[in-house]
Amino acid sequence: MRLKLNGTDLEFQDGITVAGLLKNLEIEPAKVAVEVNLKIIKKQDYQEQILKDGDSIEIVNFVGGG
Amino acid sequence: MDDKLVIRGIEFKSRLWVGTGKYKDFEETKRAIEASGADVVTVAVRRVNIFDRKSENLFDYIDPKKYKILPNTAGCYTVEDALRYARLAREAGISDLIKLEVIGDEKTLFPDTCGLLKATEILAEEGFIVLPYTNDDPVMAKRLVDAGAAAVMPLAAPIGSGLGIRNPYNIKIILEQAKVPVIVDAGVGTASDVVVAMELGCDAVLLNTAIAGAKDPIVMAEAMKHAVIAGRLAYKAGRIQRKLYATASSPIEGML
Repeated sequence: MRLKLNGTDLEFQDGITVAGLLKNLEIEPAKVAVEVNLKIIKKQDYQEQILKDGDSIEIVNFVGGG
Repeated sequence: MDDKLVIRGIEFKSRLWVGTGKYKDFEETKRAIEASGADVVTVAVRRVNIFDRKSENLFDYIDPKKYKILPNTAGCYTVEDALRYARLAREAGISDLIKLEVIGDEKTLFPDTCGLLKATEILAEEGFIVLPYTNDDPVMAKRLVDAGAAAVMPLAAPIGSGLGIRNPYNIKIILEQAKVPVIVDAGVGTASDVVVAMELGCDAVLLNTAIAGAKDPIVMAEAMKHAVIAGRLAYKAGRIQRKLYATASSPIEGML
């Protein structure tokens, strides 16, 4: 299935969860925030949240800023 | 002397707060922040680089256990965007602190205070500790406090301009009225600007470019550390009145 991840269309296996996606991308869940179709997903829900074809996902972290 | 800054029960060791943007690299960021003595660092919320997971992270250099992390909503021009970034920041971070920016103009980066007021109200309601970046308008400062701001952060001058405090009289009025801490945010250029802010009675100064853009950021960071302390002490000490004519410091008595 196709997901829009941080603005880029990418292919992932069907039924992947947020936790699975982060693992796949080698991203430590503690350091990021995840939004699926503009809705923030709580960290405790990463395991249960199953992603669907066409979902738009944003994964953000902190960078240098003033 | 026990003179700690406290905002909503959070105790701050330093009255100098610093940004983490515009440095040459993370190593320089780390060294400058250490030299500044600041215990609050601001950060921005941005997309993770999903294609290069080997790239270094700011927190590999700035230990979030050692510093208070203050996320901002920099780059947000609408209330909706500012709320979105603030909520993401809270989920990514560990605290309710947010440096709220709703920008109104690209060239000056002056705040859109109508949007800022609205966003402050909503986020305060959601339990955020809102620190709004505002202009030097005493009426708006009051409105922001009424809307639930935990502190107000009036600009000294446009972000990154280095012009220093352009309207000390307005800052003074904001300080007189304020029931919350006042932190001068943005526009200071060098140590003397910081001293002026602290001598006026400001509770802290937040800056980024003045250090990061200096020829030697590490040395400037140290200068800023001393400037905040000097200005605060001078404010607490109470300066002498300005007079037009001289008053001799040596006695007349005993002269030949």
